[in-house]
Amino acid sequence: MDNFLAARSQMALSLGFHIIFSCIGMVMPFFMAVAHYYYLRTDKIVYKNVTKAWSKGVAIFFATGAVSGTVLSFELGLLWPKFMEHAGPIFGMPFSLEGTAFFIEAIALGFFLYGWDRFNKWFHWFTGVIVGVSGLASGILVVAANAWMNSPAGFDFVDGQYINVDPIKAMFNKAWFSQSLHMSLAAFAATGFAVAGVHALMIIRRQNVYFHTKSFTIAAIFGCVAAVLQPLSGDISAKDVAKRQPAKLAAMEAHFFTEKSAGLVIGGIPDPENKKVDYGIKIPGLLSFMAHGDFSSEVTGLDKFPEKDQPPVPITHYAFQIMVGLGMAMMAISFLYFLALWKKKNWLQSDWLLKLFVAATPLGFIAVEAGWTVTEVGRQPWIIYNVMRTADAVTPMPGIGYSFYMFTLMYFSLAAIVIFMLYRQIKMVPKLYDLPEKAQK
Amino acid sequence: MLYVVIIYLWTSILLYLLLGGADFGAGIIELFTSKANKMQTRKTLYEAIGPIWEANHMWLIIAIVILFVGFPVIYSTMSVYLHIPLTIMLLGIIARGTAFTFRHYDAVQDDMQNIYNPIFAYSSFVTPFFLGIIAGSAVSGHIDLKADNFLDAYIFSWLHWFSVSVGLFTVAICGFLAAVFLIGETDNDHDRLRFIKKAKAFNIAAVICGSLVFVSSLIEGIPLIDWVFGNVVGIIAISAATLSLALLWYLMYKGQANILRILAGFQVTMILLTTTYRHYPNIVILKNGGYLSLIEHSGHEKTIEALAMALLIGSIFILPALFYLIYSFQKKKVDFATD
Repeated sequence: MDNFLAARSQMALSLGFHIIFSCIGMVMPFFMAVAHYYYLRTDKIVYKNVTKAWSKGVAIFFATGAVSGTVLSFELGLLWPKFMEHAGPIFGMPFSLEGTAFFIEAIALGFFLYGWDRFNKWFHWFTGVIVGVSGLASGILVVAANAWMNSPAGFDFVDGQYINVDPIKAMFNKAWFSQSLHMSLAAFAATGFAVAGVHALMIIRRQNVYFHTKSFTIAAIFGCVAAVLQPLSGDISAKDVAKRQPAKLAAMEAHFFTEKSAGLVIGGIPDPENKKVDYGIKIPGLLSFMAHGDFSSEVTGLDKFPEKDQPPVPITHYAFQIMVGLGMAMMAISFLYFLALWKKKNWLQSDWLLKLFVAATPLGFIAVEAGWTVTEVGRQPWIIYNVMRTADAVTPMPGIGYSFYMFTLMYFSLAAIVIFMLYRQIKMVPKLYDLPEKAQK
Repeated sequence: MLYVVIIYLWTSILLYLLLGGADFGAGIIELFTSKANKMQTRKTLYEAIGPIWEANHMWLIIAIVILFVGFPVIYSTMSVYLHIPLTIMLLGIIARGTAFTFRHYDAVQDDMQNIYNPIFAYSSFVTPFFLGIIAGSAVSGHIDLKADNFLDAYIFSWLHWFSVSVGLFTVAICGFLAAVFLIGETDNDHDRLRFIKKAKAFNIAAVICGSLVFVSSLIEGIPLIDWVFGNVVGIIAISAATLSLALLWYLMYKGQANILRILAGFQVTMILLTTTYRHYPNIVILKNGGYLSLIEHSGHEKTIEALAMALLIGSIFILPALFYLIYSFQKKKVDFATD
């Protein structure tokens, strides 16, 4: 396997794996905190059971997310030493703060998981909230570091030298807010839908309906609120990318030629050789509106960039289409659910709505992976946008292919074990929380 | 401010060696426990490290972040030339952390335990072994920036008698720390005696591996003897460690668990001090007399300032919470014992 390709694949695999576990690890504590709060307020034992059942999932996901995150902090150097040699001191600020946040998360998790009946109940609840808050802070900080790669700031690049370094400016680069907001909402939407989907399935099967309904409601409300807000954040991101990384936007949209009143291409198969998109649906003027808020404005196409500076179009375009499509589907389901909560209470009892949620279980995470692909592949061929090429950053050590195979084996076995364990957790719900429904109330 | 960062780096490495080391050691002890006692050992160590093990491993992250933010050249050089042992160590970290969590949180306790348990125990051995190899290689003078073939650049940089001896020594120290720690975690004399025995065995192993480190340093031409005995700090530290070791053996049966822990921690601190003091500020010693120094190879001034501030502010949040965590779970244990 080509060394450069192997390094990129290993990085993509590690991040693609880590992103799922860290999303769940940072969002689930909020679900838990809500269930826990209801338990402390109402004394209904079902909420305690929900909290405890979820906390086991959190422990599994947190441990996996923590080790895969530790691995990433080394992999940055193992695979991209030239990048880290220059970038480390510039974009390291969010990483050092993230270290603190992550540490606090681990401490708080120790209190929360092992603290049942040992501490004041509100202190115990509070430690759970801290797990969520510090997890969310970690996520925002790490994404801010990634944003710096898209929008380098806080240094001057003169004759190949990185001078006038200002790590604070680097952290608050132009992309940090839009990217962090988009990722945080994505984490809530994806986790909310995944958790809600699993519980919906159990309700349809009429197993421990009371327990699963309570769990479903909390997860679904979190997920749906995030899914409805996400398109707004997507709009901020699109306008931001149009301004800062026009090549990325052009690749996302397979927009080959600069034009005014540019149309938005939905679906289609990009043909980079002949610079056209086959079978796509084009909505006139919409791309101009999305990018600049004006139907007649000019949108930069790929023709403005030399071939060697263009990102791969088909992957970026497909990933973008998948992300937006799934996001829209989740938003539609969310509106149906809100309508059910607000006006059509009888829908909540019917299976079709639950079946929709079951079908939507993986959608959020597929969208997260697709969005991650858009931002990373869309930045290519740069590792630091317009400053350093990914190919120049790769390690000189040959044979990275073997390392990639090993990590692939490792991560796939881990994923299989985690899924297997979750399956067991759910199967054990009747045994572990086997109380007559009346007693739970 | 640079010194603040260097102190934090050293302290993080020390705390990782002590806390993370004891944590690895718990797994190593499990590996060397007879079948009859395995269940009991697992239970004791779970109760002992369960709430704090995640936090123990955060020190590695802190150290690595300090290194890549503050000393990027050192980080990237080690990443390139010690790629292979670092990768093996990482695989060990993944396997160990997940196996430890899985075996406890698996809702059904069945044959799957026979998969988790050996993974946990063996990776508890492999990970500190390679950490030791990495530490040993860094100062061994085998990293050759001018190497023109794969073996010299990426294999012999870390595969030699000295680094392997340091690896074994690290494993022995981890086992020793864990055994001493676990003496105070048991609720009956049978287990207490078992851990005392283990502490002695690992202590002897550490002395043997330590001698191997000296012998191999002579073979490889590394001036270890000069680092340790060629200066006042080294001699005082080693003498203090040896004296405290005698005290530790004397006190082992007296039931003062916390004093034993402090003594064991003190010894390991002295060992780290001795081995880093003499060649400070050089933390990577290259082939043909080159070196990478914490002073000369530090990052931009503003970065160091920001990093130091982040570390100081971080400590304000982390340290009280961490102490309260350790204190709470230690105290609760005493409460349970007296109930």
